[in-house]
Amino acid sequence: MRLRLEARPVPSRVYVWTAPLIAALATLAVGFVVFSAFGKNPLAAFDAFFIAPIATRYGVAELLLKASPLMLIATGLAIGYRANVWNIGAEGQLTLGAIAGGGVALAVGDALWPPVLLLPAMFVAGAAGGMLWAAIPAWLRTRFNANEILTSLMLVYVATLLLSWLVHGPWRDPEGYNFPQSKIFAANAMLPILLPETRLNAGFLLALAVVAIAWLFVRKHIVGFEMRVAGLSPGAANYAGISWRRNIWLGMLAGGACAGLAGVSEAAGPIGQLLPSMSPGYGFAAIIVAFVGRLHPAGIALASLLMSLLYLGGESAQVNLALPSAVTGLFQGTLLFFLLAADVLVNYRPRMVLA
Amino acid sequence: MADTPTEAAPRLALRGITKRYPNVLANDGIDLDVLPGEIHAVLGENGAGKSTLMKIIYGVVEPDAGVMRWEGEPVRIDNPARARKLGIGMVFQHFSLFETLTVADNIRLALEPRQSRQLRQRIRDISTRYGLPLTPARRVHTMSVGERQRVEIVRCLLQRPRLLIMDEPTSVLTPQAAQRLFETLRTLASEGVSILYISHKLDEIRALCTRATVLRAGRVTGQCDPRRETTASLARMMIGGDLPHTVHREANAGAPALRVQRLDVPADDPFGTRLSGISFDVREGEILGIAGVSGNGQKELLAALSGERTLARADAIMIDSAPVAKLDAFARRKLGLAFIPEDRLGRGAVPEMNLADNGLLTARGDGNVAHGFIRERSVVAFAKRTIAAFGVKAGGPDAVARSLSGGNLQKFIVGREIGQRPKVLIAAQPTWGVDVGASAQIRQALIDLRERGVAVLVVSEELDELIEICDRLAVMTQGRLSPAKPVRETSAEEIGLLMAGATSGEITPTGTSAPARAEAR
Amino acid sequence: MNEIAQIVVLTLAAGTPLVFAALGELVVEKAGVLNLGVEGMMLVGAIASFIVAAKAGSPWLGVFVGALAAALLSQIFAVIVLTLRANQVATGLALSLFGIGLSAFIGRPFMSVVIDGIKPLAVPGLSTMPLVGKLIFGHNPLVYLSIALFLAVQVFLQRTRAGLVLRAVGESPQSAHAIGYPVIAIRYAAVLFGGACAGLAGAFLAVAYTPSWVEGMTAGRGWIALALVVFASWKPWRVMIGAYLFGSVTLAQFQAQAAGVAVPSQLLAMLPYVATVVVLALISRDATMIRLNAPASLGKPYHPE
Repeated sequence: MRLRLEARPVPSRVYVWTAPLIAALATLAVGFVVFSAFGKNPLAAFDAFFIAPIATRYGVAELLLKASPLMLIATGLAIGYRANVWNIGAEGQLTLGAIAGGGVALAVGDALWPPVLLLPAMFVAGAAGGMLWAAIPAWLRTRFNANEILTSLMLVYVATLLLSWLVHGPWRDPEGYNFPQSKIFAANAMLPILLPETRLNAGFLLALAVVAIAWLFVRKHIVGFEMRVAGLSPGAANYAGISWRRNIWLGMLAGGACAGLAGVSEAAGPIGQLLPSMSPGYGFAAIIVAFVGRLHPAGIALASLLMSLLYLGGESAQVNLALPSAVTGLFQGTLLFFLLAADVLVNYRPRMVLA
Repeated sequence: MADTPTEAAPRLALRGITKRYPNVLANDGIDLDVLPGEIHAVLGENGAGKSTLMKIIYGVVEPDAGVMRWEGEPVRIDNPARARKLGIGMVFQHFSLFETLTVADNIRLALEPRQSRQLRQRIRDISTRYGLPLTPARRVHTMSVGERQRVEIVRCLLQRPRLLIMDEPTSVLTPQAAQRLFETLRTLASEGVSILYISHKLDEIRALCTRATVLRAGRVTGQCDPRRETTASLARMMIGGDLPHTVHREANAGAPALRVQRLDVPADDPFGTRLSGISFDVREGEILGIAGVSGNGQKELLAALSGERTLARADAIMIDSAPVAKLDAFARRKLGLAFIPEDRLGRGAVPEMNLADNGLLTARGDGNVAHGFIRERSVVAFAKRTIAAFGVKAGGPDAVARSLSGGNLQKFIVGREIGQRPKVLIAAQPTWGVDVGASAQIRQALIDLRERGVAVLVVSEELDELIEICDRLAVMTQGRLSPAKPVRETSAEEIGLLMAGATSGEITPTGTSAPARAEAR
Repeated sequence: MNEIAQIVVLTLAAGTPLVFAALGELVVEKAGVLNLGVEGMMLVGAIASFIVAAKAGSPWLGVFVGALAAALLSQIFAVIVLTLRANQVATGLALSLFGIGLSAFIGRPFMSVVIDGIKPLAVPGLSTMPLVGKLIFGHNPLVYLSIALFLAVQVFLQRTRAGLVLRAVGESPQSAHAIGYPVIAIRYAAVLFGGACAGLAGAFLAVAYTPSWVEGMTAGRGWIALALVVFASWKPWRVMIGAYLFGSVTLAQFQAQAAGVAVPSQLLAMLPYVATVVVLALISRDATMIRLNAPASLGKPYHPE
């Protein structure tokens, strides 16, 4: 007996949406093994990892708070991914967004700009910063044909070092006891809180709005359609006169803008200043969110909740189970592996055959 | 198989070979006997299951059921290496060559390590003996299609096969080069090699083969001696009816609608062809055909005409006296150009998208898009109209492109392009790999379009097709185009010579010496 | 003169992880597979070797286990891409993310562990010879191993039949299948080799170069190795040149910092990454060169039947 894969004449719609569930369940199974291997009672560990973090109102707010940047970035990245534009440098674009948006906040300082003016200015600057950082790989790709995967990723390191230099040097808070951090933002540069006594802020609404706009773009607009064509079949796109240069620019800039917005949301939200690291890897986790969400805005919204839960679970596991919080990264990678493996079911029907 | 000749034991005998794919039963209980030293045709139209059967014999595809006997012994051929060990060689329709490797390396790869000793000398010996000249150190990507086929054949012959499978070998040859190939094959047969010759070209089979097995829709529908049959009787066996023919009236050509003047395009790909000094007109209400062996610049010319490649000099190409060579494909469509590409899946259509979306791929008028937003109802209606107008067999606008048969998808693409009421239509290999019925329908659609005053350009390797539908014909060789001639003032032989004329590197050394060498030996 | 020898020794050492990783990836890509998971495999190789070196006290056993661990990890990628037919780009990214997560998770208890790493060669009488002593006999043993690997890869690809078959598979898997080569099995083997090489690269960092374990200690070298393969236009000898060039850039950055150049260290540290981007852009602009040298089926899915 051996397994043979038979191509389906038409991709299975059922498996398009059940494959992520299969992957999530398989990841849970791996979690069971990992927890057992570390001598933890798996049920207690599951409770600590997946239930306890969101059992309270505060917990739910945290879930949405951490889901916001993931949702935002993944939505932007997915626009590119649909067209085979592989921007994997969102972490760097987020950093540049935080630098630009945070820069505005710091420059305005205590001057009493009203939030209705200052916050939009910060977000515009942040989006511009993210787009600038994404424009470099886009330009190198369209002008020199340089692989955007590698260039966008290299720029993550450059962005991180740039931020590190700023908070160690010119932007360091003189009253910060020599810690590498900027001044704390003035109150008018902070996002309003949505739920009292939690950290959930207006950045969540921004993320939802971006998801809605993205849905309109990819499902209803002709350019969204054209980018989908380019991703599915570059030959057909070329035949139809769809410009690959435009797709690369749009795809990269969409990802960069969204990551930049996420960077501002983090700076003007839960963090409130510039630190050497502005994200626990949201830019990379968003890649997973984009795939698990099927590059579809609605799917991405759901997947970002799952990924956010993995972050909360990791923190909780550190406190309650004495497991390294890096377990989050392990589960993220496992989830994506299982998803990619389960995707075979969308296009193929497995059959056992007699050898 | 009571009528199988019994005077010689078959070299290869197949019984009940069956292969099922998700959408289609490709081979359905096929029986076949191949005798030593015979040239045996396997005849059938596109999709009849010929290629699948050959791949099964060569071990590329495993059958679901059936038995194979080789020299009387039951065998199971589960990969090509096994087939070669038995003495089966195959020359593929789409060559199995490695472009960036040398001829010698390409050949070495198909031989057992111990067979590769003194390879270059042995390559030279075989190529002299059978009139197939080759340079072992050359890289394949620098060679013409005909030369590549020689590499494939020499590669097979070096393994001293007792059965040689040729899959549509003449589709890449000029008529004259095909004649020389036949000489080589006859020599081989006289030495006792069995040859399985796959083709849908009836005249060829009548000229070359001593026996024929006819396939239709995956089944054997007849066996005959093709020398004693007529083209019409073979066609009836092949398609189960008479060949459909098209209705063609006198041309009534008007003003030039597509005008190409001194078009020069440098090769943008190291494996590509450079175009030089190409000039022609296509007038309203006429069909101009461009013949030629593939790889002579057709791909580059089509890309330049469609706008997939833009050029520096705007007036090199004019549509209705508007210079368009700088415009992209999208802008040229707006000026009334429509284009049917030679690849259906992955160029003319997005395989994973449904027909409605594949309509929208090029059909942006007819209210399908308003203010940048897609109007779904209009898009679906367009697809429905196209499906109805061309009798496309599909589940409706929701059917995914790749689920359609080649002929039906091609009809949809032709319908989509014609449905946009073009002034100029360019069609590349419009009936390639399409069944006989759909081919006739597509040819008729092109002729009808011409009658409505549209300028039609057809680029094809099928000379018969061009002669059937075109008003004028030009020939493409090595990136140049011959002057166009009215079809009735020319002949297949003349066109064939033109096709060969410029590909001198391919013709001259073999052309003059191959038969002579074969006789002298 | 001894300073020059010292600089050569340091440059070669700085380039060696790239040599290992890029040669491995080069073989993988020659077979037509694009594995973007080099960074992840390097990290897993690094932590596996470090743990073994710390627990068993043998850095050499560590090197072996590091290569083995990364090779095993590469097979997850191979199964998903070659058997389950997933997108190579996405799966490679997943492998990198997974490797980063896995190494951070299992490496947490080893963050400040000190081990006795593999030291540079000190051949009595030879390594102390003036001028050439250090230059020829003063390198880390793994540096010699990396050079041996280069020679082996070069000979394998250019002079052996197996190497010809591998190149043929990368050029046209359809043709290779049609004449009877087991394309998928060959690609599995290539990915396995690439994994082992990435593991060696990580192990070199963890038990010879630093020797220590820090989360994400490869610092993008896996990605630079990928860029290096493009830079080298899939030629092993150019990989060597590229790797040592990058080694010298890294070194220059450290030297400048040590010499107290008035440029902030963070800006100097950007150098290798900026250099990678610039070099990649310059080399990629020659599309014809890429087309002629890149394996034609690189990154494209292929399934027999």
